[in-house]
Amino acid sequence: MEDIRNTDYAKVEQLRQDYEDTQAEIADTDGIMDKIKTMIKSNKLATISLIVILIFCFCAIFAPLVAPHNPTLQDYDNVRAHPSREHILGTDELGRDVFSRIIYGARISLVIGIVPTTISMVIGTILGLMAGFMGKKVDFVIMRLADIMLAFPSLLLAMVVMYTLGASLINIFIALSVVNWAGTARVVRSQTLALKEKEFVEAAESIGVKKSVIMLRHILPNCLPSLIVLFTMDIPGSILSESSLSFLGIGAQPPASSWGLMVVNGKQWLFSEPWVAIAPGVAILILVLAFNFLGDGLRDAIDPYMKE
Amino acid sequence: MDELLRINNLKTHFFTKKGVVPAVDGVSISVPKSSIIGLVGESGCGKSITAMSIMQLVQKPGRIIGGSIELEGEDLLKYSEDKMRNIRGNKISIIFQEPMTALNPVYTVGKQVAEAITIHHHDVGKKEAKKMVLNIFDAVGIPEPQRRFNSFPHQLSGGLRQRVMIGMAMVCNPKLMIADEPTTALDVTIEAQILSLMKKLQKERDTSILLITHNLGVVAEVCDYVYVMYAGKVMEQANTFELFKNTSHQYTNGLINSIPKITAEKERLYNIKGVVPNLMKLPKGCRFCPRCEKAMPKCFMEEPPLYKINTVVAGEHYARCFLCESSEVMDDA
Amino acid sequence: MMPKQIGDTLIRTVDLVKEFEISGGNFFGKDKPRVHATSNVSIQINKGETFALVGESGCGKSTLGRLMLRLIEPTNGYVEFEGININELSHESMREIRKKMQIIFQDPYASINPRMNVYNIIAEPLVTHKVCKTKEETKERVKDLMKKVGIRPEFINRYPHQFSGGQRQRIGIARALALQPELIICDEPVSALDVSIQSQILNLLHDLQEELNLTYLFISHDLSVVRYISDRVCVMFLGKVCEIGDTEDIFGNPLHPYTKFLIDAVPKPDPYLRKENKQLLQGDIPSPVNPPAGCRFHTRCPYAKDVCKEKEPEMKAVNNRQVACHIV
Repeated sequence: MEDIRNTDYAKVEQLRQDYEDTQAEIADTDGIMDKIKTMIKSNKLATISLIVILIFCFCAIFAPLVAPHNPTLQDYDNVRAHPSREHILGTDELGRDVFSRIIYGARISLVIGIVPTTISMVIGTILGLMAGFMGKKVDFVIMRLADIMLAFPSLLLAMVVMYTLGASLINIFIALSVVNWAGTARVVRSQTLALKEKEFVEAAESIGVKKSVIMLRHILPNCLPSLIVLFTMDIPGSILSESSLSFLGIGAQPPASSWGLMVVNGKQWLFSEPWVAIAPGVAILILVLAFNFLGDGLRDAIDPYMKE
Repeated sequence: MDELLRINNLKTHFFTKKGVVPAVDGVSISVPKSSIIGLVGESGCGKSITAMSIMQLVQKPGRIIGGSIELEGEDLLKYSEDKMRNIRGNKISIIFQEPMTALNPVYTVGKQVAEAITIHHHDVGKKEAKKMVLNIFDAVGIPEPQRRFNSFPHQLSGGLRQRVMIGMAMVCNPKLMIADEPTTALDVTIEAQILSLMKKLQKERDTSILLITHNLGVVAEVCDYVYVMYAGKVMEQANTFELFKNTSHQYTNGLINSIPKITAEKERLYNIKGVVPNLMKLPKGCRFCPRCEKAMPKCFMEEPPLYKINTVVAGEHYARCFLCESSEVMDDA
Repeated sequence: MMPKQIGDTLIRTVDLVKEFEISGGNFFGKDKPRVHATSNVSIQINKGETFALVGESGCGKSTLGRLMLRLIEPTNGYVEFEGININELSHESMREIRKKMQIIFQDPYASINPRMNVYNIIAEPLVTHKVCKTKEETKERVKDLMKKVGIRPEFINRYPHQFSGGQRQRIGIARALALQPELIICDEPVSALDVSIQSQILNLLHDLQEELNLTYLFISHDLSVVRYISDRVCVMFLGKVCEIGDTEDIFGNPLHPYTKFLIDAVPKPDPYLRKENKQLLQGDIPSPVNPPAGCRFHTRCPYAKDVCKEKEPEMKAVNNRQVACHIV
């Protein structure tokens, strides 16, 4: 057996240091960005959806460059033309290029999807935080309001708002922003109630941090993962709502090329020249599905407990 | 044959997206009949995974990739899932740390324990099963067994729930009961009751117990023989008295010295330097050497086998350390 | 270990009572069942000492800790810090007092905000009370604190998920030290850690006390840790104090039956100390919703007499201690 007294302590120290250097940071669990990267690596459906959404966004922003024709240019000689090399998806009832109208329509759909969703989530988050953090009475009032909002089908409410205000794009924004906050409020409230009991909130109280600061600095950032997922899943709802409202005639007005409007204008030729109605319908389908799959993927990646 | 369970060179690895985690990496344990064996170590050492491997309940991405687990001579790893289901709860049972999560909250405890009987013994009727349940409730010290039969888990205290778990585990008279941190979540006076109960049941029913814990006090109190695990391997194994009197591995020594003793005067607590290694980046030689005070250059190069130690008290004593190098080595190491 | 300099009373509680209402009761919201978390607890802690609160579930030790910090309001009674009744203070004045008493929690994973980096976590107390004038000054202070608790200052921008349990606990300790408090309440600070990390943190707490002349209220269910670290011990059961005294006295010669059983029940890491047929406390811990009448311990006590079932025992001084028991 080696005599311990003769152990080369310097060499042992060197070997120990070499080992320590090979130990990179030990990350106990992943942060949000890491989780998203993992999702991109493993969940192909979510990644494809993300790419699809990015393509639509690109088309929406650079529509004048991407669209082959002017979407409002009417051509009475070429009405409801079959898809051809010049008009990839044919033309509509006024001779306008369907493909270009779809690309320009992406602007409306994406903006309608994102802006009202953002506004309603902001409203919902503020109300949810207040309900969770500011005591039973405030909680009661806000939650009963939310219950009332949830009792009505949101489309019906949106229709009521639209009839009152009149049909236009701005009014659609207002309608969809005001009508959808209750779901977010509920989620944020339950997260707030759970987070309120956590020890880091108690720690902040023991330091003397003001309540409003605790809400913004400690509770809100921890609601973010759920909010991200909710965001991606609420967007398709707004897109569909807009399409439905336009279909009913109380949404976007011509000559705007909203997909919903395109469907309603094309439906009478559904059996003779189906592309006029189906092309925009398929566009709605793809975008909505993409957001749904992305939302699923994000949720699985960020909060694995909710799986199954 | 005196040996009830023999685990030979068990390897259970986890194949994660980031790499392979060798949670159990060549562990050999022998559980004789009618004895209480302790498996002790800190978090991440692989003791719970060893228990799950015996029951073949290792979840993906984990998989048993080597070794054998012999129950009275027969290798359980060769069993089909059907045969294994017959073993679980019947020949080998397991109790966990948190009885609240192991019991179904929507069924009465009586019903759940009765179910443990009827799924293995199809010939036992409802009435007879209930009688057996009441008997076992009595044996594990549940007061008013008739009333408690109809209680739901949330109506019972932590100690009572653990007794129900033990009852459920013992009702089919298993040969081996695995107890994974059974008292960690319990209050001290209740813990003492449960440990005493386990000792009593073991003697009365001739069962063996494999007790998994991080608490050396529990091990000293209850076990006949102890295995100390670290980073997926056994570092030292000995009879309990022998282990404490003739501690041979630096890790065991460090552990014992870092516990504040309720019986001793205050001295500064010993600290084992450093932290438990990341299992995906283990050192080349001995797994413990970066933290070991008596490490030699050799320790960083090769992994020591389990050397046999000359015992001072009783039993066979092995330690995985070059400082204990002797002529005799345990075969599979 | 060096003898400590123990001073005068730093903080004391006077007849502190805390009852929680839980759901139940009749339709009108009356007669709701109450959890008697603490009942008439009067203890005092001296400057420079480590005072331990020990007991099992439902004994009220965690509640008492939070009452002393005024994180919750008492139902009755008050807390006096350096002679001032803190329950009568306004929120503004209370904020000033808060600088002098801080808390360390049990769960290293829940006690620091996962969305804040180390700098923000430790700097929060400094920023809230505007202690430093510039950001550089704050950063220097934070780095000093990190060094004091044994975390490399280079990790100042990392997030909690990049640290181990023991390191997170150190971050919590650094945060508690930021305002240079006099009293630190340690609520089960090592219970969630591995054995080898426990000893590191315990040694750290001991060293910090020596260096900074801190006073600790150490709450724990682990008697071995309590014996190691505390100067005086208070044993609680179901919201009431059973025995208070010097640690060595109490562990060497426990007077209250509950204290005796508690010490006996701890599994000792030495097989040669095994006792066959040692007397164990029978039965379960009663619920704090309906504590037994008279002495709350009488349902579990093998020595209970008739008077124990009817009358609650008063705290009386016996030698150098206080015990609440009829038969002592």
